[in-house]
Amino acid sequence: MSFRTAQIRLVSSHREVYEPCDDSFALVDALLSDRNNLIEHHPTLCMEVGSGSGYIITSLALMLGQEASGVHYIATDINPHAVRVTRETLEAHGVHSELITTDIASGLEKRLAGLVDVMVVNPPYVPTPEDEVGREGIASAWAGGENGRIVIDKILPIADNLLSDKGWLYVVTLTANNPSEICLQMRQKGYAARIVVQRSTEEESLHVIKFWRDFDTQVDLKEMAATNKTVPARVMESLVSQFPLSAFWRSGPQ
Amino acid sequence: MRLLTHNMLSSNIKGVANGFPLRIEVEKVVEKKVDLNADFLRNIFPKIEWKAFAEAARTLGYAELPEDADSSFLDSDDFLDKFHHALLELHLEEGALICPETGRRFPVNKGIPNMLLHEDEV
Repeated sequence: MSFRTAQIRLVSSHREVYEPCDDSFALVDALLSDRNNLIEHHPTLCMEVGSGSGYIITSLALMLGQEASGVHYIATDINPHAVRVTRETLEAHGVHSELITTDIASGLEKRLAGLVDVMVVNPPYVPTPEDEVGREGIASAWAGGENGRIVIDKILPIADNLLSDKGWLYVVTLTANNPSEICLQMRQKGYAARIVVQRSTEEESLHVIKFWRDFDTQVDLKEMAATNKTVPARVMESLVSQFPLSAFWRSGPQ
Repeated sequence: MRLLTHNMLSSNIKGVANGFPLRIEVEKVVEKKVDLNADFLRNIFPKIEWKAFAEAARTLGYAELPEDADSSFLDSDDFLDKFHHALLELHLEEGALICPETGRRFPVNKGIPNMLLHEDEV
């Protein structure tokens, strides 16, 4: 491969920080497979929410280039250890991202609104008891509460606020998160969706979904408002056709 | 932390109406050279709150920026060089960001601002 991603031997670590795993690799593979589109997209600001080990933001910076290419990176994590590890991983690869220790994008909502051209998120998506969400340390990397959706559902409206008109959002989800419902919610905010990578392991089935603001969707929404209907049939069809049937079956506790 | 990031951050404490710009307390500034990309500077210029930016640059010891700037300045290579330097090459490595309304201190260590709030501030 002529272009590079972060190298595992250069990824820093800490006992309280999630190490690159199947979900991280799935997201980086999704970005790689979309790399040509991303380059033609000419993003000015790229952001990662929950950068953890730094594997993903470092890979994105290696794929798309740095200041000389006109791309600027921002990454956040709620876990201070993770932000420091992200910094070490970036430095080990000779790339730079601005880093902020914060809850999702707290402090950035006002001034960064509408400026992010590419956002990548590998959220804490594991279904857990609700009281495990928001704990300090490594639990913040995976604890997702009921259906693994608590943090995802907090992130999506924030992403909607921060994304530019041409903004793209890449999110990792698990089948248990009910990704088709996530797509439908995003439809209602005017986003189209596409599955970029789908991967099944023995334990979980992962989707990396890409969202973008879609003019046709906004027309559909206006039709909905005008005719007082629910989701237009063709929207539902296009969504359903993307997911395997299993995605619609709620998976029980594993 | 670059001044671009400072320009995008506001105090996130509950109830604070005017959380921008955060005041800067400087302990250590570092400079890291990066290549200039004029397109990036032109794209980002309209998003920058200039007065806060020029003031922040002065606080970091760089007083070369004009008080005011409009997009016609972007035709000048000299202006682009200074804008680039202040926006991307100056880093607040150690210090703090101070909420202009409450005086709450957000520490910056190893170039990373910590905007995490206590439970009673959310």
